[in-house]
Amino acid sequence: MKKIYLDYAASTPIDPRVLKVMNLHLKNNFANSMSLHLLGQKAATAVEQSRQKIAQVINTKVEEIIFTSSATESNNLALKGIAFAAKKRGKDHLIVSLIEHDCVLESAKWLRSQGFKVSFLSVDKYGLINLDELKKLIGKNTFLASIIHANNEIGTVQDITSIGRICRERGVYFHTDAAQSFGREEIDVEKMNIDLLTASSHKIYGPKGVALLYVRKGVIIEPILHGGGHESGLRSSTLNVPAIVGFAKAAEIMQKEAEKENERLKKLRDYMIEQILTQIPRTHLNGHPKKRLANNINISFNGVEGESLLIELSFAGIAVSTGSACSSKNLMPSHVLMALGLPPQEAHGSLRISLGRFTTKDEIDYTIEILKKIVAKLRAISPF
Amino acid sequence: MKSLYTKQTLKHFRSPHNFGEIKDADTIGEVGNIVCGDVMTLYLKIDKNKKGEEIISDVKFKTYGCVAAIATSSVITDLVKGKTVKEALKISKEEIVKKLKGLPPIKIHCSVLATEALAEALYQYFLKNKKKIPLKLLKKHEIIERSKNVIEERYQQWIKLQKMIDK
Repeated sequence: MKKIYLDYAASTPIDPRVLKVMNLHLKNNFANSMSLHLLGQKAATAVEQSRQKIAQVINTKVEEIIFTSSATESNNLALKGIAFAAKKRGKDHLIVSLIEHDCVLESAKWLRSQGFKVSFLSVDKYGLINLDELKKLIGKNTFLASIIHANNEIGTVQDITSIGRICRERGVYFHTDAAQSFGREEIDVEKMNIDLLTASSHKIYGPKGVALLYVRKGVIIEPILHGGGHESGLRSSTLNVPAIVGFAKAAEIMQKEAEKENERLKKLRDYMIEQILTQIPRTHLNGHPKKRLANNINISFNGVEGESLLIELSFAGIAVSTGSACSSKNLMPSHVLMALGLPPQEAHGSLRISLGRFTTKDEIDYTIEILKKIVAKLRAISPF
Repeated sequence: MKSLYTKQTLKHFRSPHNFGEIKDADTIGEVGNIVCGDVMTLYLKIDKNKKGEEIISDVKFKTYGCVAAIATSSVITDLVKGKTVKEALKISKEEIVKKLKGLPPIKIHCSVLATEALAEALYQYFLKNKKKIPLKLLKKHEIIERSKNVIEERYQQWIKLQKMIDK
């Protein structure tokens, strides 16, 4: 059976070059990076070199990068860490967009239960926030705006340069969840006035279990994990050296190859979108036609339900994702698609197809052919 | 491959029995809500057998929904075909789940949907033919009507939650 992986936004396979350096460190670099002996210092050196490599990708200094275990942890640390530090200055209001990843939304909701005030920024039909609305929401007690750089479901890329400027001018910290965009889109924390940024390794062909939070120097943040004082006291835990080295290698490869890779992926993406929209009736694209990640496709198929589509595709060896309610715990369709104003039927019938480094044109053509058959089959069963 | 669904469920989903419409159906049951992502229509043809009992001589379905919704639709058509109306009234969601060798807990509501489609079809049949509606069926009909409102309410509340902006 064919195996076609089109779920790169969920996770990516490890790049063989990343695996190679990781193996070396797994075998030879086991010591605790906090140990003062030679082996410990060897591990510490590997971590610092990795930090250096990654810092360079987003144009920052090494001391501003904190390694964590996941983008979820980074986002939790950003929101909660900033909130509890801001509380001491008497500020209690934060802003998040309606299309944040669950880990940001849930952190914000939890903070609300702890007495903070939260504003939810709406988006237009493409998933773009309204800059004027952001300006209006910022008040004298606002300490943070957290707005996702590129959305994980629909791939819409926000104008973070403008968002950063608005926040900076008003003295509000700006955090962006760049889990999907790090390494893919250009990020310069200086030019873009970003104060905190989340990035993840397993989205860029690195290992799982490692991510980072960039925290601009001078930004005061409270730790969530207290202990041995690792990562400048902001994130105690023994460092996962092989994973960090792998993350840095993955970032380095992205930095070198992203431009060319994006160009290739954009062509494949636009080809696939066009073929699906023209060959399969009653379909439409979700998200922005241009301001979107080079590897993201999100399409609604009217009259069919996403989970059914996904399982049929899976039988044909194709792996994709859906925003349908049937695959969610609360049986409600994706909050992102609903925030775009999509009627429930279209949200239920959505598929996210995300391309990547190892995707070929043949795989895309095969997937389109299978999709045509499956959609026709399910529509024959459907009352709509 | 370990799957969320049993082999039986996937088989019914991929090759569903009795899907389509009956143009001259004697009764139709329509249930579900697009908000929740599943909608089912059940078509029944009802004739009399030699003993003069009403039997379900043909059945078809149309379903918009997930794997479990389509599989449970397929199973209920197998269960009712050839049965007397009296027997069909007794079909439970447990019977459907049993035929599928189990459903994930979160998908049990799909088997409920199938029994509700049958109940609604039979309710409409009794109503149309001015027959006495069995008490149990009447109660089930009332529950279905009520849950329609609950779903609509739950949806509206959810929308409100999503739009919540504390300015």
